[in-house]
Amino acid sequence: MRSVATTVLTLVLFATYVGIGALAHDSHFSLGWVLGSTVLVWAGPAQIILITTLGSGATVVQAAIAVAVSAIRLFPMVVSVLPTMRTAGTKRRHLVLAAHFIAVTLWVECHRLLPLVPRERRIAFTHGLGCGLLFVCLVATTVGYGLAANLPVLFAAAILMLTPLAFLLSTARNCRQISDVLALVLGLALYPLVATLQTGVDILISGISAGTIAYGAHWWRARA
Amino acid sequence: MSDWLANSLSSFFGDPHALLVLVIAGFLPNEVWRMLGLWLGGGVDEGSEALIWVRAVATAILAGVIAQILVQPPGALASVPDWLRYGAVAAGFAVFMLTRRSIFAGVVSGEVAMVAGKWWLG
Repeated sequence: MRSVATTVLTLVLFATYVGIGALAHDSHFSLGWVLGSTVLVWAGPAQIILITTLGSGATVVQAAIAVAVSAIRLFPMVVSVLPTMRTAGTKRRHLVLAAHFIAVTLWVECHRLLPLVPRERRIAFTHGLGCGLLFVCLVATTVGYGLAANLPVLFAAAILMLTPLAFLLSTARNCRQISDVLALVLGLALYPLVATLQTGVDILISGISAGTIAYGAHWWRARA
Repeated sequence: MSDWLANSLSSFFGDPHALLVLVIAGFLPNEVWRMLGLWLGGGVDEGSEALIWVRAVATAILAGVIAQILVQPPGALASVPDWLRYGAVAAGFAVFMLTRRSIFAGVVSGEVAMVAGKWWLG
């Protein structure tokens, strides 16, 4: 049962990165560039935001702001996972690589698997898991890039379609509160409206307003 | 020899300027949150109101990215008619809900719906 769950998560991750590779190809980035983004950024949503914003002609500053805002969610993940790896003798620099590997999949896996690992081996376990997932994703990125370059249009379109499907469904699955559900629905609905203004930071405007309205609904409900 | 190496490196990575953009717009703004979490970790309550807002905004930004890919599709995806892209996502989402939130079943159904629709259109 445990291995099945792992397989499904890894499959979704694989599909996501095949999609990222294909997206990078169709947005005219080089293979080395997109592989570099997988190693350095190591967060699917941030990579997709980077590729779509730069690909649609946004400036470096606009792309950096959009990535930074989307990546805030990594902060609470790191804060909640790292203490479970710490021992009395652990220095901060021992945790730098483990912190870099934290993204949504590894965060879910750490909460599930770390309690089964003796505390003094948890950093090494996280490094192993992170390297394994990174390798899978680098292969997937290359496969997606190559497929988009060589396949008939229909299949290339199908591979690009993996990204919105995998992200929509994995985000919907992670919704825990009413604010998460509202943020997802409003974010989908507001973007096409804001996009007609063509500000260059459409995603930021629609994201911050939809997220804030969703949070407002949560706050209002909690008070009532 | 060094020319050959330089040429194959530049065809693999492309423009060096693009790599600089990757670091400035992709790596740094993303990594700063992980390192802040490492440095400041411990003092933040995971259920705090500020983090609920952060999560809602992050979710809505991701939703915007999904909408952007569907509304203004890149490359080959633009060859699929609008209604078929939206229909395929709706089909995938419906199957996801019917299968008690199976991401795998939802993604496969959405893909099948799109490919079948496109094939039927010819």
